[in-house]
Amino acid sequence: MDPTIDQIIFLIVSILTLGAGFVVVTNRNLLYSALAMMASFLGVAAIYVLLDAGFLAAAQLLVYIGAISILVIFAIMMTRRLMQSTETSFNAQWGMGIFTALVVFGLFVAVIGNFWPLAPAAGQPLASGTAVPDGMLQDSIAALGRAFVSVDAFVIPFELASVMLLAAMVGAILVAWPKAEDEV
Amino acid sequence: MFSDWQFIAIFVVLSPIFPLLPVAVNRLLGPQRPNPIKQETYECGIETVGDTWVQFKVQYYIYALVFVVFDIEAVFLFPIASAYNQLGLFAVLEVVLFVVLLATGLAYAWSRGVLEWV
Amino acid sequence: MSFGILEFLKSLIDLTVFDYMRGVWGDQRFVEPVLDLIGALVVSTFCLLIVIFLIWLERKVIARMQDRIGPNRVGGKFGLLQTVADVLKLLSKEMITPAAADWWPYNLAPLLIVIASLLMWAVLPFAPGVLGVDLNIGLFYVLAVSSISVVSLLLAGWGSNNKYALLGAYRSIAQLVSYEVPMILSLLVPILLASSMSTIDIINAQTVPFILVVPISALIFFISALAETGRTPFDLLEADSEIVAGFHIEYGGMKFGMFFLAEFIGTLFMSGLFATVYLGGYRLFGLEEFVTGGGWALGRLLGLVVFFIKMFAVYFVFIWVRGTLPRFRIDQMLNFNWKFLVPLTLALVLMVAVVEKLPFMASLGDVSRAGVHLFANLLLGLVTLEILRRFARKQRMAQEEKLAARAAVNSGSEPGNLAPEAVAAH
Repeated sequence: MDPTIDQIIFLIVSILTLGAGFVVVTNRNLLYSALAMMASFLGVAAIYVLLDAGFLAAAQLLVYIGAISILVIFAIMMTRRLMQSTETSFNAQWGMGIFTALVVFGLFVAVIGNFWPLAPAAGQPLASGTAVPDGMLQDSIAALGRAFVSVDAFVIPFELASVMLLAAMVGAILVAWPKAEDEV
Repeated sequence: MFSDWQFIAIFVVLSPIFPLLPVAVNRLLGPQRPNPIKQETYECGIETVGDTWVQFKVQYYIYALVFVVFDIEAVFLFPIASAYNQLGLFAVLEVVLFVVLLATGLAYAWSRGVLEWV
Repeated sequence: MSFGILEFLKSLIDLTVFDYMRGVWGDQRFVEPVLDLIGALVVSTFCLLIVIFLIWLERKVIARMQDRIGPNRVGGKFGLLQTVADVLKLLSKEMITPAAADWWPYNLAPLLIVIASLLMWAVLPFAPGVLGVDLNIGLFYVLAVSSISVVSLLLAGWGSNNKYALLGAYRSIAQLVSYEVPMILSLLVPILLASSMSTIDIINAQTVPFILVVPISALIFFISALAETGRTPFDLLEADSEIVAGFHIEYGGMKFGMFFLAEFIGTLFMSGLFATVYLGGYRLFGLEEFVTGGGWALGRLLGLVVFFIKMFAVYFVFIWVRGTLPRFRIDQMLNFNWKFLVPLTLALVLMVAVVEKLPFMASLGDVSRAGVHLFANLLLGLVTLEILRRFARKQRMAQEEKLAARAAVNSGSEPGNLAPEAVAAH
């Protein structure tokens, strides 16, 4: 059975993503880890594109690579000690870490397998599912926008998101900034 | 829809050629005579002192943080804006609330003097 | 349909060559990928070649503004081949890699920055039907791709292992990251008016060009585009007198050329985007859809010309600004963004969102709606100017008070200082 072009692309992209992820945890130079993390974010964005979710892919690029990675690198560079490449990336709890990761992975497989078949039934070809109609895709962004503000959809999460962003900003300033009385 | 992104995908694969080609030509045409003096770091004409990767100040981090917040806000607002002609008055109220809450965050940062470049 | 050389040439002039090739090749699997490949090649080659012209144009115009002649030796009276000579010179230079440099980041940076500035062109429409691809997230895609250049600056600064480079990179990231906020928010306004992120839809929505509907949004976009491309007055990322050329200090030969290239491609792209989003792109009162009796879609060619005129008009303003304004300091630059541009843009977005949904707006035609928006914009502009005026006045008063106080102290203390001598003299 020949794989389709989508499947080949998916394979390449996921190998790159996972490889970059592996570099993130094993590399001793923290900056290289951060760069590999960007590469792995990029791979995730490519997978979003393969899933016909162009908006999510662009958001991934804008937020995760353009903003959060920069934030992470600034954080690395603010802490002098971490910039030396002598840090080891393992601490005493690496065994527990692997165990937790495996448990979470198993959980994901179980949950996803509960809703969608993980492998095709016997005799069925390994192919992509039903294609999404083009009209629905063209309308998807507007549909998302409508869902954000309609009462019977996501209006509460939408407003909560803004409260959460506010809390994050205020909290970070409280933590990172000297207290008011220290100021002149 | 995927065919839309096909162009982008091909473009992404193709685009490294354009910066690589001139650099490769440069490598072929230009001389290659490295020596230790030439390869020294260029700083003010004297030898560089100390480590480059020194600690930077917290302002950069704060600016990046405020930027992240506004970036995420934009991700929420873009789909709403592209469905704006299909929305009612209630939606306007929600958008206003959303933006005002974030503006409050900016105002807080401002009032705490976080935005001062010292 | 079979291939005919005459029809092919005709479709080239019409700018319908891709449709023609689709007709010739029919419904085969390889057709779209091959056409995409050709399209990407054409766009990228155009970008690379136009930069040679842009650099010449910039030097010539700046020279004229400074009452000089500019390039006038190589290639005739107007120095037309000056940039070609410069490129050849760059090509024959040795690329010195500093011994202390970090190889991967150092070499990835020029690569990434050019890729990012090329990929943005994919959604820019040159003429009706002539664009890479009409993504339904068009403008959002542009913003996402342009955010990659931040990463590349960071790589350049870090990889060079040079204090000035890292300092320059940090400053430029602070600048790019800050000015991305007003840029994103100001682009939200045309998207709101057109109810779409696709560049084609935005052009179609501009019965009245958006610069006449929401001039403040256009102004904010222009200012933040200046900052995003790192041009004067926001060129502190390469402030040669302060941080010796910033992040690309350690680059030589074509690797340096790549940063230069990306800057020019990026600036031209921002001009093109401004022309598309605020000036109506290729539109010229419907003439761009003109098709002659013989089936010649000459309107497309006209649209292309119109678009280029608009784009270069905006580009000229970029050069004009460079020839006029001095450079900001970094604290002024950041203050201007966070304490002026961002609040103003937030207010603008809120205002446009509310005005668009005012009860009587639904019954109005396109032009009257534009008029209402224009009125609201001008009102906001006036209010902003008034606030600025009061603020400036307060600052001036404080300054004068301080000066007066200092003068009072000086005049009061001077006799005191002189007193012993005065006593002795008597």
